Amino acid sequence: MLILGIESATESVGVALGGHDGVIASVEIARGRRHAESIVPAVEFVCRQADVRLDEVAVVAVDVGPGLFTGMRVGIATAKALAMAKRVPMIGITSLDLLAFPVRHSDRVVVPVIDARKGEVFWAMYRQVPGGVQQVMAPTVGSVEDLVADLMARGQESLCIGDGAERYRTELSEVHHVEIAGPRHPSAGALVELAHARALREEWIDQREIAPVYLRQPDAQINWNTRQVRP
Amino acid sequence: MIVNENTLVLGIETSCDETAAALVLGGDDVISSVVSSQIDLHAEYGGVVPEVASRAHLESLNPVVARAIVEGGIDESRIDAVACTVGPGLIGALLVGVSAAKALALAWDVPFVGVNHLEAHLYASFLENRTLQFPLVVLLVSGGHTMLVEMRDHGDYHLLGRTIDDAAGEAFDKVARYLDLGYPGGPAIDRASEAGDPDAIRFPRAMMDDGLDFSFSGLKTSVVNHVRRDPDVSSVDVAASFQQAVVDVLVHKAMRAVREVGATGIVLGGGVAANRLLRSEISAACDAAGIGAFLPSRAMCTDNAAMIAAAGWHRLRAVGASPLDMGAFPTMPLIEGAGRR
Ligand SMILES: [Zn+2]
Repeated sequence: MLILGIESATESVGVALGGHDGVIASVEIARGRRHAESIVPAVEFVCRQADVRLDEVAVVAVDVGPGLFTGMRVGIATAKALAMAKRVPMIGITSLDLLAFPVRHSDRVVVPVIDARKGEVFWAMYRQVPGGVQQVMAPTVGSVEDLVADLMARGQESLCIGDGAERYRTELSEVHHVEIAGPRHPSAGALVELAHARALREEWIDQREIAPVYLRQPDAQINWNTRQVRP
Repeated sequence: MIVNENTLVLGIETSCDETAAALVLGGDDVISSVVSSQIDLHAEYGGVVPEVASRAHLESLNPVVARAIVEGGIDESRIDAVACTVGPGLIGALLVGVSAAKALALAWDVPFVGVNHLEAHLYASFLENRTLQFPLVVLLVSGGHTMLVEMRDHGDYHLLGRTIDDAAGEAFDKVARYLDLGYPGGPAIDRASEAGDPDAIRFPRAMMDDGLDFSFSGLKTSVVNHVRRDPDVSSVDVAASFQQAVVDVLVHKAMRAVREVGATGIVLGGGVAANRLLRSEISAACDAAGIGAFLPSRAMCTDNAAMIAAAGWHRLRAVGASPLDMGAFPTMPLIEGAGRR
């Protein structure tokens, strides 16, 4: 079962193709041109490298965020359109799940942290359990101080990963049981691997049901709500 | 690729607050046209909120495309090309459409065509008037643009004049908001003016005898000043007098442009082209001058994807497909080097 994975929720863009034999082709652009310009050519590229026709793809997987709004929308719009045109199902996986995946065997609490700009970060927490990982804290958004306070209150050995962890390395390093390591960006390869496992369990959905994970209201709406609270 | 009367183009439009898809055959035969408006989403803010628009586009686009195909009653394998607005517009909104359009083109293995939204507004008239003869003067008036363009042929545009400050539609929105007439401003002023006296207040007609450029910010200011001086003034009289001032300038300059280039007619385009006073006065002026007045139906004045598909068909024929690494261009001018104000 061939999976096409599209990932563009952070500064990086990735497209990968894979299945039973793992990832067979992938492109990762860590920081290049704008996402919308790279994704479709990257899809063409991985298909050509893997000698696969788009018709052979059984599932389109996509990173549904949280992350940079415009970047993630470009990936989701592309993936949804491909799935609609090819009449194949989809699997949506959060960027936080993807960041945690490569370090899933860590015995510490895994804390993917994505830069949300404006002094804020998106994060979640995972812990290794027999047979896999378990999310111990659902995705959330908050200031770096909020995250630091959360980590301190838990007092557990933790591994922070992602561009948010890199950016706020100084602040997070001050929490004594926290280490910063692991990948900077979610990878399309991880997306394909995770999606393949879910696809085997037929945990896919129709493209109409794929919804972005924003975690934040649009700017204007935030102002509007504050205005209602404080007349 | 041979582009002819059998070429079927899927058009996609997401540049502002309408998500639209349409099927157009041979550049002028509208098979289906679906528009999902976000006006209600933005009304509470009194203007288009870019992030709200982008989110709504992502949600609506696939269902809108699917409906355009179903309503067209054709199999999607018949689609020969996918055309999409690449600019000008809101960057986040544009990128949703561009990304989906390129993906559809790749999946169906057909050409992708990036379309200029302003050029597409001109094609709204071509969809409904197949007898247009060049040279034409195009008066393009919307919330973002006010310009006079000489069209010598398909794709051959010469800028004659444009606004040096506010767009006409922008002035409508601001004045409607100031007078508390509702959102969007264009239709609100149009409605209110019906009950008002257009001669009640003599607002200034800026730069009336000075070239083909426009200026509307002074008019907006004098509306505000007038209401401040006379708070009891009837707002429908203000609306009607304001509308008359805008229309007088637009018609006067359009007719001067016609004389300067020897045009066979005027093509009206853009959201403000739905304004009833503008339509009747342009028609009357063209009749008097013995030239054609080409007014798109009011549904075709506002953003839609049929005009995108039509412009895409012409572009595909004249220039060919666009590359799949094309992005979006928020300030894209109609004429290279001329569109930014
Ligand atoms: Zn428009």
